Amino acid sequence: MSTDNAEIVPQEDMPRRLDRRGFASRLGLFLFRSREASIAIAGIVLVLYFQTTAPAFLSPGNIANLAGYAATTSIIAAGEVMVLISGEVDLSAGQVYALSPFVMFYAQQAGIPFVLAIIIGLIPAALIGLITGLITVGLEIPSFITTLGTLFLINGVTLTISGGFPVQPNPGPVIAGIFGGNAYSQIIWALAIMLIFQFILVKTRWGMHTIATGGNLNGAKEVGIKTGWVKIGNFVLCSLLGGLAGILDSFRIGSIDPLAGGTDIMFMAIASAVIGGTLLTGGSGTIVGALLGAAVLGILKDGFTLSGVSAYTFDMILGAAILITMLINVRLSRLRAAGGKR
Amino acid sequence: MSEEMLRTEHISKSFGRVTALKDTSIHLDKGEVLGLLGDNGAGKSTLLKILTGFHQPSGGKIFFQGKEQVLKSVGYARSLGIEPVYQDLALINELSVYRNMFLKRELMFGGFLRILDDGAMRKQAKEKLKLMGVNIPSVDVEISKLSGGQRQAIAVARSVYANAKVLLLDEPLAAMGVKESTMILDVIGRLKEKGDVSVIIVAHNYAQVFDFCDRINLLQNGEITFNQKTSETSVEELTSLVVSEYRLARGRGPTV
Repeated sequence: MSTDNAEIVPQEDMPRRLDRRGFASRLGLFLFRSREASIAIAGIVLVLYFQTTAPAFLSPGNIANLAGYAATTSIIAAGEVMVLISGEVDLSAGQVYALSPFVMFYAQQAGIPFVLAIIIGLIPAALIGLITGLITVGLEIPSFITTLGTLFLINGVTLTISGGFPVQPNPGPVIAGIFGGNAYSQIIWALAIMLIFQFILVKTRWGMHTIATGGNLNGAKEVGIKTGWVKIGNFVLCSLLGGLAGILDSFRIGSIDPLAGGTDIMFMAIASAVIGGTLLTGGSGTIVGALLGAAVLGILKDGFTLSGVSAYTFDMILGAAILITMLINVRLSRLRAAGGKR
Repeated sequence: MSEEMLRTEHISKSFGRVTALKDTSIHLDKGEVLGLLGDNGAGKSTLLKILTGFHQPSGGKIFFQGKEQVLKSVGYARSLGIEPVYQDLALINELSVYRNMFLKRELMFGGFLRILDDGAMRKQAKEKLKLMGVNIPSVDVEISKLSGGQRQAIAVARSVYANAKVLLLDEPLAAMGVKESTMILDVIGRLKEKGDVSVIIVAHNYAQVFDFCDRINLLQNGEITFNQKTSETSVEELTSLVVSEYRLARGRGPTV
């Protein structure tokens, strides 16, 4: 039992003690403290490795290809991070990714201007988030089950309204250029969304209540936080980002496919969040980390393709990478906790 | 006669067939520290949860500052100034000390964006904790880095800061070492000196809190069986009372 902790050593002592050491150990401490930094380092190492094995890796064409892929994943991952921090999970974001562009397309076909059609495409996304949240919170069903159900439901809806065939949107160069029609536009969207959501998470009351809800649900309720609405709100945000990612991708790819996205992109987004340092148990996470996680996954996937490694091997390596990251995360957070107490 | 803060009259509460409280009447004056003692299962937690608005009583009346009140929700009880400090403390491990102090009472700017004013919250939290004599390394550390006593002190400080008129402390010394208990009792002592907050301490270990209470109520089997000023009783008397009750119950057993 911790009986003599009433006057524990002030925390400020730790960096002071370390200041006497050299630059290297201070850098080590920074990397140890910051989850984001360690992932960024991993990303840089991977880039260097792939550049030596496949010189085309850093060519403009490949960078655009890689960035386009990572950007979309990171946008969905930002939403998943919010939901995961609040203590839930959204498995249906990848299906919303497929549905929203179709709704947008049909709205535009009906004569609605493109910008307005994009907004109309996002309405079902928001509604799906709202309904998922209401079912999860209201009926106290684990979100894993709720969103597993909506995953199939939405997929069926998308296949039905599309008849199973892809369609081609014709937005014109301006609209396409603004809404993700090229890799640079997608990168700007991804970075802007990362900044906005990181700000929401660390500097606003919404972010603080989200952390409180996932960190200590009963405690948050006891102080009067409406934890149900916090969860529902984050489901809506996640769903909206799923829909937005789908719409942006439809302009980049130039085609809307009813089978695009799905569980593949959803699991990639969750993997990005987890590799980036977000806990599946709630209460803790980072949007910046999720973007870096998506970048690392993109680099891995793209690098292996360029070096001629087959897709089967990629999945094995991805699986191993997730397991190793989880192990390191668990070890690191234990070490961090111990370091703080000493 | 000092000003009355809180009074219950003939409060009862049953959960299905189980009767947790039979007929409980207590009162609390302004600035008074009342020790609500009793064994495990005596009904202490039930009474506390009725006072916080968490449970609704099956019968009886509650008066706050002389006015009859129905404590219909935790939020309503809190709006009156009844602030509970739960056993689980309702602190968020992942948030800093000052953010926990302002949880649900955040200082913000930026209109609908609700941006947190961390600077102001940090400063006020520091001042308040210093005033209450709570000693922690920094208000920026996460709650998870603090000891049990420090956490308890922060939970108490948070409630006091919320302009509590009546503070309900549920087993504040449970699972705490000597040094930590002293820290909490110091904080309570300081509150008592100021005299603008009334306190109910719920505890099963009465020896620990005895000196800090003005009055002792003993709750046994859902009834108040003892009500004395601390100056007119002693730990020994309480012990013999509890023991004789226990013997009585045991002696009664086979004959009934």
